[in-house]
Amino acid sequence: MKNNRRSFIKLAGIAAAGLAIAPKAMAAAMGGSAPIKEDPKGITAKQWAMVIDTTRLNTAQGIEKLAKVCHSVHNVPFIEGKQEVKWLWPDIYEHSFTEQENPYLADAVKKRQYALLCNHCQNPPCVRVCPTKATYKRPDGIVDMDYHRCIGCRYCMAGCPYGSRSFNWGEPRDHLDLAALNKEYPTRMRGVVEKCNFCVERLAVGKLPACVEASNGAIHFGDLNDPNSEVRAVLRERFTIRRKPSAGTEPSVYYII
Amino acid sequence: MLEIALKGSKRYYGWIAFLLVLIAIGSMAWLDQIVNGLKITGMGRDVSWGFYISQFTYLVGLAASGVMIVLPNYFHNYKPNKHMVIFGEFMAIAACIMCLLFIVVDIGQPTRMLNVILHATPNSILFWDMIVLNGYLGLNLLVGWVCLQADRARLPHPKWLKPFIYTSIIWAFSIHTVTAFLYQGLPGRHYWLTAILAARFLASAFCSGPAILLLVMMATEKFTTFKMPRKAVTTLVKIIMYAMCVNMFFFGLEVFTAFYSNMPGHMHPLVYLFAGYHGHTELVGLMWTFIALAAVSITLLVTPKLRNNLKLLPWTLGILVIATWIDKGLGLLIGGFNPTPFHTITPYWPTAKELLVSMMVYAIGALVVTILFKIATGVKEELGQSQAMACGCSTEDECDCTHGCVCTEECTCKEA
Repeated sequence: MKNNRRSFIKLAGIAAAGLAIAPKAMAAAMGGSAPIKEDPKGITAKQWAMVIDTTRLNTAQGIEKLAKVCHSVHNVPFIEGKQEVKWLWPDIYEHSFTEQENPYLADAVKKRQYALLCNHCQNPPCVRVCPTKATYKRPDGIVDMDYHRCIGCRYCMAGCPYGSRSFNWGEPRDHLDLAALNKEYPTRMRGVVEKCNFCVERLAVGKLPACVEASNGAIHFGDLNDPNSEVRAVLRERFTIRRKPSAGTEPSVYYII
Repeated sequence: MLEIALKGSKRYYGWIAFLLVLIAIGSMAWLDQIVNGLKITGMGRDVSWGFYISQFTYLVGLAASGVMIVLPNYFHNYKPNKHMVIFGEFMAIAACIMCLLFIVVDIGQPTRMLNVILHATPNSILFWDMIVLNGYLGLNLLVGWVCLQADRARLPHPKWLKPFIYTSIIWAFSIHTVTAFLYQGLPGRHYWLTAILAARFLASAFCSGPAILLLVMMATEKFTTFKMPRKAVTTLVKIIMYAMCVNMFFFGLEVFTAFYSNMPGHMHPLVYLFAGYHGHTELVGLMWTFIALAAVSITLLVTPKLRNNLKLLPWTLGILVIATWIDKGLGLLIGGFNPTPFHTITPYWPTAKELLVSMMVYAIGALVVTILFKIATGVKEELGQSQAMACGCSTEDECDCTHGCVCTEECTCKEA
């Protein structure tokens, strides 16, 4: 009897251990990654970058139009006040290019509105501080978010020198037109951070970011590491600046002045 | 030993019931936050951390403070602190618990909290803060409990505990250093981006923490037979004095660096806090209150006659606690987020619900302190250590009436 019970417990123990390890072992055998089939039309780069031509895109109205496109593509809730969520928005020169102020700025430059969004920095402080890798840098240079892993500590918001991140303080779906949702992109739940993702979901199927597409050529988009890319060609020809260069983050969004 | 916490007077149980009521009221607000999200707070896109995280920061200082009693005892063999050590350790336990709770109530998805361990990310300072806070909690639980149990059994403290005790002393410095690193490594927040922040955190912790501990101990004396040795108190007050002076000196260094260099980024947060910026003057009154109270507390502490006045001491300590709280529990956080990355000002003030949730956490901390201090004072009473005498001195004081005299006031204790 005793021996039987002992061997039963042993067997049960081994079986339980097997059950615990099996899924991990299976995952390891499959190369440790989910079996994603890449779209052959998808476009890739070493470091995606954006050049915004502020001589062409410089009114609040023009930028709001792009923001509307972006926010509807990504189901970004519309909330008024200090708990707002935004991925792309217009602001004036003094707010956009702090520490690069000039009291006698050219009228044209001073009057312009500038399109602000996540800079997809090459050295992103938000990625450095995130305690769960919920925000991470992809091989193509895009700083993306995993809304399902984010614990909502908001350390990334404190870390971002550009104020590019928003937090869902309440239930975002209360502020969305549920009938007009874009079914291709998820809505978020309350308590997670979100921001511009350079339209990773569109790049994956061969489309350019929504704002780029809607900008009538006022926003250039391409691979910063490819000398023959559109963005490199524009950067060679036009004078550009970036936001807060002294923060050492190496933003991938450039502004033609 | 837990049974000691179960045997108490009506007043003891009344106090516990009172704390439970506070916790219940606060938890209503917390439930509201669980259901509706952090939108019930005053936080927003620009000031994305608020009262919770600033209380966490302040209480890390309280957790680190016990070491100001423990360190002299173990590293300098300063024995007047012998019977105070356990209270420093138990206070640290309560403070660590409050710190962890303030983090839990602050995060947007508390059910995913374990992601910090499941997806451990050592490049995040928050990961290390989790390690040092839980580690410090564990160390103090272990050391405090084992020592007190050995005391109760009238046995020497076990030898194997030594490495843990020494580790916990060093560890105390780490918790506040790492908490400062949370802030001082962020490129866009000028008020925090300063190498001296960790040092300033430690200085402010080593004055405010022991001050709170002393105040709680004074209250404990009122309700138990425990009496702090006079010598331990005067030494601790001296430590508080030096730490507060160093704290304000470090603050002065910040002010000099910002304004002599004339670097706009460094000046603006200070300008906002102390003079107002872009027409926003919300914090000016509070910040000058901090300066005024800091000046008063330093004056009271550095003057030997006032410092040694035990009647005045609770007031001195109270003023110091308020001053350091305004500085670190409020100004530090709001000044870090303002001016915002757009050089604008977004005022922040906690909502009533936010304060209720904070009250819940503080009440839980008070409950932990009550139970642990009840146990510690109970054991001390059993052993007859550091007990109040009729004359008002402690049995540890080498007071001239130790041998049964009946003086009721002003005994001349040898080390007073």
